[in-house]
Amino acid sequence: MSLSLEDTDPGIRELEKLEVRLLTEGVFEHYGFDFRDYSYPSLRRRIWKRVFAEGLVTVSALTNKVLHEPQAMERLLLDLSINVTAMFRDPTFYAAFRHKVVPLLRTYPFIRIWHAGCSTGEEVYSMAILLQEEGIYDRCRIYATDINEAVLQKAKSGIFPINTMQENTSNYIAGGGHGTFSDYYTARYDYAIFRPQLRDNVVFAQHNLVTDASFNHFNVILCRNVLIYFNNALQERVQQLFLNSLEMFGILGLGKKETIRYTSVAEHFDVLDEEERLYRRVR
Amino acid sequence: MTRWKDSTDAVMAERRAAPRTTVERDFRLIVIGCSLGGMNALVEVIGELPASFPVPIAVVQHRYRTSNEGLPSYFRRHAKLNVVDADDKQWIKAGNVYLAPANYHLLVEDGEFSLSVDEAVAYSRPSIDVLFESAADAYHDALIAVVLTGANADGARGVDRVKKKGGLVIVQDPETAEAPEMPKAAIASTSVDRILPLDRIGPFLIEMCGRPTPR
Repeated sequence: MSLSLEDTDPGIRELEKLEVRLLTEGVFEHYGFDFRDYSYPSLRRRIWKRVFAEGLVTVSALTNKVLHEPQAMERLLLDLSINVTAMFRDPTFYAAFRHKVVPLLRTYPFIRIWHAGCSTGEEVYSMAILLQEEGIYDRCRIYATDINEAVLQKAKSGIFPINTMQENTSNYIAGGGHGTFSDYYTARYDYAIFRPQLRDNVVFAQHNLVTDASFNHFNVILCRNVLIYFNNALQERVQQLFLNSLEMFGILGLGKKETIRYTSVAEHFDVLDEEERLYRRVR
Repeated sequence: MTRWKDSTDAVMAERRAAPRTTVERDFRLIVIGCSLGGMNALVEVIGELPASFPVPIAVVQHRYRTSNEGLPSYFRRHAKLNVVDADDKQWIKAGNVYLAPANYHLLVEDGEFSLSVDEAVAYSRPSIDVLFESAADAYHDALIAVVLTGANADGARGVDRVKKKGGLVIVQDPETAEAPEMPKAAIASTSVDRILPLDRIGPFLIEMCGRPTPR
């Protein structure tokens, strides 16, 4: 389908890198979305997916299209920013959160939680359910942010495909759920509509981790499986942003394969649970 | 090779009998994909390799979403090489066998790994195609791709890309595979370089990569 993908000439790869750079520079200059420091292998995979979906054959053609057609940019933005997730993704993380973080949070009169890169919101609802079952949800405010307005709208709706509920239910149970998962939603046709009370204390807002500054101080920051899409320099910057946004003794929760270990912020944290990547700011 | 029965597939017969060609190049990465029956096959292939084996290896074995550390420790007992779950942005070094972590895609850039939670490809995450395609794009002709036993077609697109980028493709002889579908799909997808019985793959890798090349 594409000459660019099939050519074995080493020069072609350099050309592709140049084209990707021109695309990300153009998008940043024109739309303000900064993908320039995204991890290259995933970035190029997602870009090529969009190139083919638009019926094009080169990255440069896509650059041309997204600069002149905002709708094409929106589609590219979805491709570049959607992180596929599930409720109680990595159940052991939620179990560890219940056992190791919740007891610490009980001592606070008011708890601010920042869920950065919340995507379509599955894990926000998961956290709301967990906090409610632990009896501290009324004292919590969850700020759920994402770069992408379209996924935030989905998150706000609290409506998820019914065919994911089997997986979600088994995750919920494995994550230490106390109740009956189906009590949290109403099934209608192909969808599960989650109880609106679950988002009583949730604020959904657009925030760009790459270009925006901190907007508050938090007791808990969750950012799971977002950093893997960034290169080392950007990971470092975002870790710094989290450090500056976290209260002393605040908690940082990352994805299963993400760590603060090799970054400059590591010295500020104690490890609360190494396996589940839960850290506590201590200095 | 004498067990060859199905004469309808002339291509496979030809590949099996292919004369040894000397390969004058330094391989810098080996990628292996396997699925059903892959555990035993991997142990057989990787167990053959000495601790001094000069080329790093990245493996996608389809795993359950929730499986944790069990797989690396199982291999560790059978391998002289160091077996670990790959970490995001980890440098790729000789002496190691890196396994794609459960529920993540494993991709490579020149010299380091990158993980993603993008949607499953052909129902699989990790996906063999995703690893092979990214490795082909990053390593070109310095790449060896190996497809072992499996009951689906994951890896077929990947080996095609590897060939187009100049890499070397080895496929387990379907007759020696617990599940032949995956090797067969790979063979149908591109003109693979070698079709080898399971017990010949380890020695062949040593032959291809034997001379230690300090890097």
